[in-house]
Amino acid sequence: MGLDFTVIPKYLDVVLLGCLWTIAITVAAALVSFFGGILLAVVALYAPAVIRLPFRAFEFVFMGTPLLLQLFLIYFGLVQIGIDLPAFVAGVIGLGLHFAVYNSELIQTAILAVDRGQMEAARTLGLSRTQALRKVVVPQAVRAVIPPIGNNMIALLKDSALVSVIGVSELTLSAQRAIGATYRPFEFYLLAAAFYYVINLGMEWVQRRIERRIAISR
Amino acid sequence: MTESNDFVQIRHAQKSFGTLEVLKDISLNVARGQIVAIIGPSGSGKSTLLRAINDLDALTGGEVWLDGVQVNKKLPHRQYEKHINEMRQQIGMVFQHFNLFPHMTARENVTMAPKMLKGLTAEEADALAEEQLDKVGMLERIDYYPSQLSGGQKQRVAIARALAMKPKLMLFDEATSALDPELVGEVNQVMKKLAEEHMTMIIVTHEMDFAASVCDRVLFMDQGVVVEEGPPEQVFGNPQKDRTRAFLRKELDETE
Amino acid sequence: MDIDLMMRVYPFFLEAAWTTILLSVLTALLGLACGALGAAARLSRFTSLRLLGATYVSIFRGTPALIQLFILYFGGPQVGIQLDAFEAGVIGLGINAGAYMTETIRGAIISIDKGQREAARTLGLSQFQAFYKVILPQAARLMVRPLGVNLNMLIKATALVAAISVVELTYTAQRYIGSTYKPFEMFLLAGVLYMIIIYATGRGVSWLDRKVRIT
Repeated sequence: MGLDFTVIPKYLDVVLLGCLWTIAITVAAALVSFFGGILLAVVALYAPAVIRLPFRAFEFVFMGTPLLLQLFLIYFGLVQIGIDLPAFVAGVIGLGLHFAVYNSELIQTAILAVDRGQMEAARTLGLSRTQALRKVVVPQAVRAVIPPIGNNMIALLKDSALVSVIGVSELTLSAQRAIGATYRPFEFYLLAAAFYYVINLGMEWVQRRIERRIAISR
Repeated sequence: MTESNDFVQIRHAQKSFGTLEVLKDISLNVARGQIVAIIGPSGSGKSTLLRAINDLDALTGGEVWLDGVQVNKKLPHRQYEKHINEMRQQIGMVFQHFNLFPHMTARENVTMAPKMLKGLTAEEADALAEEQLDKVGMLERIDYYPSQLSGGQKQRVAIARALAMKPKLMLFDEATSALDPELVGEVNQVMKKLAEEHMTMIIVTHEMDFAASVCDRVLFMDQGVVVEEGPPEQVFGNPQKDRTRAFLRKELDETE
Repeated sequence: MDIDLMMRVYPFFLEAAWTTILLSVLTALLGLACGALGAAARLSRFTSLRLLGATYVSIFRGTPALIQLFILYFGGPQVGIQLDAFEAGVIGLGINAGAYMTETIRGAIISIDKGQREAARTLGLSQFQAFYKVILPQAARLMVRPLGVNLNMLIKATALVAAISVVELTYTAQRYIGSTYKPFEMFLLAGVLYMIIIYATGRGVSWLDRKVRIT
């Protein structure tokens, strides 16, 4: 059959549109995973046992099963209980929660590693424990784990390809559409890979910039 | 209600960790505007006593009073939290390792608590930060992060942070111990300035010269008890107890 | 919860779990081989090999494993590579995992103190002998734990082959969700089996780590 890259230009706009959706879903899910991760970490460390233990179980299940399986559960499970979410939203929730759990693990460790003197200094000024956590301890913990959280978000970009299986028209599914019309899988998957690679490089660049910016406030 | 010489009262303070007694029935009165130094070997309980005043380390027995209000009042948990947070707003504390918030600039370190707890507007808080940082000679560094400051500069910002809450009492826990020798002077100068303004201060220190020149009274503690106390001329010039003499001799040797 | 249904279909899940295990073992072995080669290339004296190693890592870690799998399985025939889905799964995931393991292995090796090599060379060992007798035995011990993390990720990544219709756990769950409309029950069946596999693997890694640790 051989390779023929001249078929690409005709479908380039389809794939580019998919690219935009991939960026959109990555950004949305990254935000969910970031703030969700902070929330989960605080709950896992400080909530009363009745709330904490179910959260821990939730974490355990999410860390012990594949993302693809979780996406199936969320997409079809929500339909079963009568919530018919657009695939995009289900994808954001699935990806976001999955990585929130990983971020939470990082943040928990970082919270416990913040110097005890920080809590003491905040309490000495008259802040309550909750206020001290919110203004002093958690912001420092999050800064400390920005590099690994960045790595998680780059992993999230690559795992966003999985939401193609629940029908989100992102980069992978767009490539599949083009392949459906042309029967040229090698060319279009390679094209998709190239786009992922470029977005990946872009994220690594942003990550380095952010790390440099926060270095001073650590 | 409050006599001038019992602005701060510590009554029969007692603290133990398991079987280890670190504070054994200590009582102390400090008058408004008075400056008290606490000296003694490490492990003598001097830091624990200081940290008991704002309940950072809870006493196992005894009472602490500030300006007619009991600091470590027995209250149900929730009410106690509210009470102690209010009390702590009136008691400034400066730590050996500064404990500046590394993710905030000098300005933000100073303004965070007043904005949060006293409802200052952004403009009021900025004016406050400028005033307090100017007082400690750190106005030019107002938008610097702690990582960009020297140890002495950090400690001066930490003092400004405590002063911004307009405390009635300042506690210093070995404020210059972690500093390089050449940076000690700038912090001592700020503390002297506070003394001239008649701020009530309790200072845990190992700097005998500073204690002698600034403080009205000196307490020598060892093994959880106050061994000797009096004006600095007496404690340093004519100590009555053997333990005090031995300690001072050793300190003097080390500084020379 | 439909217990009856779960009882009826669980044998199919068990069978699928064996496929997942087999897939994981083969992928891990291929991944380790690629990782060892990759690390050797990354640490080579030759610039061209170092560049090759770095390119391998960058490309395979910089693009989705799913796309890599699709290129191999669907695009392979166009360039004369005919593989069945299982073979494509093992090879695709193995090469992908190898890129991550390259970095793990390299990281462990370069973390060994330079003084160790110098001490070995001082005794008269060759470069090669110093590496095999002194550096590698120490690095191998340090690798166990991070390679365990790679293995954990790899097991979960085997779910991707469901997208090329290998009948493993996730594919089985997906198929039964489609035919029974019982997503929670099917997730539970597959999820428990995954967690058993991952938990057991984790215990194995911890055991190995303790056993080889120098205290």
